[in-house]
Amino acid sequence: MSVQVRFFASLRELLQCTDAEVPAAAVRTVGDVWHQAVGERAPPGKLLMAVNQQYAGWDDPVADGDEVGFFPPVTGG
Amino acid sequence: MAEAGIRLAPVPFDPWAELAALQSALAPAVGASAIFLGTARADAADPAEPDGPRLTALELEHYPGMTERELQRIATMAAAAHDLLAARIVHRVGRVAPGEPIVLVAALATRRAAAFSACRQMIEALKYEAPFWKRECFSDGSARWVEANTPAAADGAAIPGADPAASTGLPG
Repeated sequence: MSVQVRFFASLRELLQCTDAEVPAAAVRTVGDVWHQAVGERAPPGKLLMAVNQQYAGWDDPVADGDEVGFFPPVTGG
Repeated sequence: MAEAGIRLAPVPFDPWAELAALQSALAPAVGASAIFLGTARADAADPAEPDGPRLTALELEHYPGMTERELQRIATMAAAAHDLLAARIVHRVGRVAPGEPIVLVAALATRRAAAFSACRQMIEALKYEAPFWKRECFSDGSARWVEANTPAAADGAAIPGADPAASTGLPG
């Protein structure tokens, strides 16, 4: 009964955290997942997020078994 | 239905071999091929110090699973929107040396307008939507994350780019 959390690139280094797991009962939205995983720390101004590997928003719902990714603006190509 | 193929390459790839294979597979139906090839530059760490430390490698991080999904979505959408014969995206991951290809985007169509438009649409979407992150490594041992991609407008062409950051709805 949990939500998997993944951090990438500069955010992963900033938080010194690659993966986390939070109890599903404690979170209803992507924003809740952020605070459960990293505490009181405010998210950086430019933050992208995904639920089950699809772009999502801060207030989007999450459910048991979901994977939530947080990462900075992308710089591929 | 057009073939929309994507691939992540953990080692250097030959873009010309990729294109030759595509071209010969689709001949003689194909009449116009547009490609974008992005390669790693040996930039100076500080443009004001051209004799200072230079880039020795790019390290490309990605989000396994999501990156492939986004590239596939981008290629499939462009192929359908422009009635392509084939769309192809190949992107490096891992450590890339100056001079090596980073990304190949190819659009094969019957006519040039569709090929050009689809190629541009795919590379612009990739730049702002595909989860890749570049870290620059320099000859003095320092390294830094690339902050954000430059809008195409800065290269002299106004392209309305979809910026996912605009729709993520952060609080405040």
